[in-house]
Amino acid sequence: MQRNWIVLVLLVGFIMTWPWSAVAGEGKKGGTITITYKDDVVTLDPAIGYDWQNWSMIKSLFSGLMDYEPGTTALTPDLAESYSVSDDGLIYTFKLRSGVKFHNGRELVASDVKYSIERTVNPETQSPGQGFYNMIKGFDDVVAGKTERLEGIETSDEQTVVFELSRPDATFLHLLALNFAFIVPKEEVEKWGADFGKHPVGSGAFKLKEWKLGQSIEWVRNPDYHFPDRPKLDGVIFEIGQEPTVALMRLQRGEVDILGDGIPPARFVQIKNDPKYKDQIVEGGQLHTGYVTMNVRMEPFDDARVRKAVNMAINKDRVVKIINNRAVVANQPLPPAMPGYDPDYEGYPYDPEQAKDLLAEAGYPDGFETELWTMNVDPNPRIAQSMQQNLAAIGIKADILNQSQGPVIAAGGEPDQAPMIWSGGMAWIADYPDPSNFYGPILGCGGAVKGGWNWAWYCNEEIEKMATKADSMSDPAQAEKRIDLWREIFIKIMDDAPWAPIFNEQRFTMHSPRVKGKPSYFVDPVHIPINYENIYVED
Amino acid sequence: MFLFLAKRFGASGLIVIGITFITFLLSYFIPADPVRMLAGRSATQETVESIRHQLGLDQPLPVQYLKYLGRLVQGDLGRSYKQKTQVAELIASRMPATLKLLVGAIFFEVLFGIPAGIFAASRRGRKADNLAMIASFVGVSAPQFVVGLLLLWVFAYKMALYPLGGYGGLSHLILPAVTLGITGGGWYSRMMRSSMVDVLQQDYIRTARAKGVRESAVVLVHGLRNAVLPVIAMIGMDIGFFMSWTVVVESVYGWPGIGQLTWQSIQVIDTPVIMGVTLVAALAIVIGNFMADLIMPLIDPRLRVR
Repeated sequence: MQRNWIVLVLLVGFIMTWPWSAVAGEGKKGGTITITYKDDVVTLDPAIGYDWQNWSMIKSLFSGLMDYEPGTTALTPDLAESYSVSDDGLIYTFKLRSGVKFHNGRELVASDVKYSIERTVNPETQSPGQGFYNMIKGFDDVVAGKTERLEGIETSDEQTVVFELSRPDATFLHLLALNFAFIVPKEEVEKWGADFGKHPVGSGAFKLKEWKLGQSIEWVRNPDYHFPDRPKLDGVIFEIGQEPTVALMRLQRGEVDILGDGIPPARFVQIKNDPKYKDQIVEGGQLHTGYVTMNVRMEPFDDARVRKAVNMAINKDRVVKIINNRAVVANQPLPPAMPGYDPDYEGYPYDPEQAKDLLAEAGYPDGFETELWTMNVDPNPRIAQSMQQNLAAIGIKADILNQSQGPVIAAGGEPDQAPMIWSGGMAWIADYPDPSNFYGPILGCGGAVKGGWNWAWYCNEEIEKMATKADSMSDPAQAEKRIDLWREIFIKIMDDAPWAPIFNEQRFTMHSPRVKGKPSYFVDPVHIPINYENIYVED
Repeated sequence: MFLFLAKRFGASGLIVIGITFITFLLSYFIPADPVRMLAGRSATQETVESIRHQLGLDQPLPVQYLKYLGRLVQGDLGRSYKQKTQVAELIASRMPATLKLLVGAIFFEVLFGIPAGIFAASRRGRKADNLAMIASFVGVSAPQFVVGLLLLWVFAYKMALYPLGGYGGLSHLILPAVTLGITGGGWYSRMMRSSMVDVLQQDYIRTARAKGVRESAVVLVHGLRNAVLPVIAMIGMDIGFFMSWTVVVESVYGWPGIGQLTWQSIQVIDTPVIMGVTLVAALAIVIGNFMADLIMPLIDPRLRVR
């Protein structure tokens, strides 16, 4: 009897304290928020937009077959109601959600999916995302201009899309969650032509109400959105051209809700340490790693011992201090927020003595002279100088070559130009949250080509085989095994030390007190600065 | 008079064409590839070349330039590489803000500069002169970024007299216009002073004084008319200057003018936009000078060409 009573009390207590609001879709609907940006929004065309500012905006105006659980890196169907993958990983079949409408009122059907992806691949669109879809059958013919139709996309009826790939690719679902694969209505694209980017019509949570060029962009809720509990907000206003310092003053006065460009560096320490703003700042990881590449084809970096010595010589804690602790120290290529990151890996310790021993072992007891390239925008030259001092301590005399972005990227893409590059300002931020994206272009053999991004020119056949194997594991049941394999790959790469990973940048999103939502919505790994669909306001 | 204007007009046209040529060359020699920036990092060499071909950037430079001039003659400024929008539309969308700021800034420059210059010249060598010139020196040298943030902090944030930046009516315009007016006013006052000092040493001024004309009338009526000419020429220059080089003030105050557009286009090497704004700025300078040429004879009859 008494036992039942205890159970009852526990049950009542449980019901009362359980966050039901989170279950029912937390937060009430209504309200409008204001976000400031310094730079103009160049385009909201999903096939064209490829900067951190319009990336998340496009995600809220358009939808694709796949998306991510809000605030996480977990894939979830969006326009797809269900999907299946063939055993050989070559055929993907998607069943579309029915009754989805574009903002112009027309129903979204399978042929729209085909059209949209063909548009991205078509060279005339000049989409920076074209290359992502090279595994779809018929890609080469479209790129060569022989046809506009992708052979590998079939629509058997209005609700079914079938993709045929020319090789298995486990990242394919991620690629369908990229903006470049988002669905656009053909009639609107044809109506506006090149101006579609200023007149976006999609099927996302919000629709464009007004765009005053160079001044502001206003969105309103899409009442027909296919997730009835989203968005929470009635509207979002972006004010463009606002200096971050002034935007901060406006936020302090309650005129602005989100600082699109973040807390200005000059005020960061002061604001971060002010207890008044403790609840208004959310810190989170980014899919970013800052690293020093060492060109393994150039002497003396062709010797792994030299590369390891550099790894041990650089005082990463000091570098992180230079940027006001807006980062965490890195010891492997993958950032902590990325699936496949190995929290147990210890990396190379900061140990100048051991570094000197390694150099001596490699035949450079007195060090050597080399070059360290860096982009010339603060804080990168200061970071390079700090590393220069560290290297000098073990006898490596590194000249700093301070250049604008273009020449540094060009030098990295040549086999024999830049022995060392500090990646700051140009570093890799993942396009999609899958470890594969941190290998192929920047550490794989495919990226070690003229004009490529593998600035270390690292190409290890054994690892390449492992990577190919991992990327062909497209059966969703193998997802976990695949991530384990990637984890192994990146730790193995560190045995060769083509990079000295330095830090992973952290994000700090500042918002007004009235904006609410799970902390993860404010540092959503896929939406920068915030997940517009899921936050809400309390006035 | 007509011949004079026609000559000036012809020379101006040559200047504008020369400026487009230099800008075109400069954007060509920038050590970065706009096509690569467009194509993105996932692009293959093939894609990059395809885009280069579509933009016509694979043709020899003289051909590119002539084609550009050909389109220009038809009034076509081209489309932005990055935004894909018509350059003319982008510039037109920024024009009202730029013109407003231009009028406001010139108003405050004149308001601060001319009285200060007259005041200093008429008290030449005295303490008041020194103080006025120190003030003008500070005005000229103070970075606009600092002045702008300071004014915002005091008048908008602390005292809440004006909005904290942004674009709108008169209340939005005052602080950015004053910021530009402080710098420009500094220049104007120095120019006004030296010009006035020269004029006040002329014989006809001495004659006026000898006739017993009040000193204030000597300076303001007899002196000012002659002394103000270089300042008017300078206003003509300023019209062009404000068309493109108010980047700092525009960004501090979030003013959606052409300066912002220029700056952002330079960062992404959006050549058609850079060319477009340069052309507009060059035209504005030419028009500004032209207007100064027209106005000066109205003030000084000696300049009227028969």
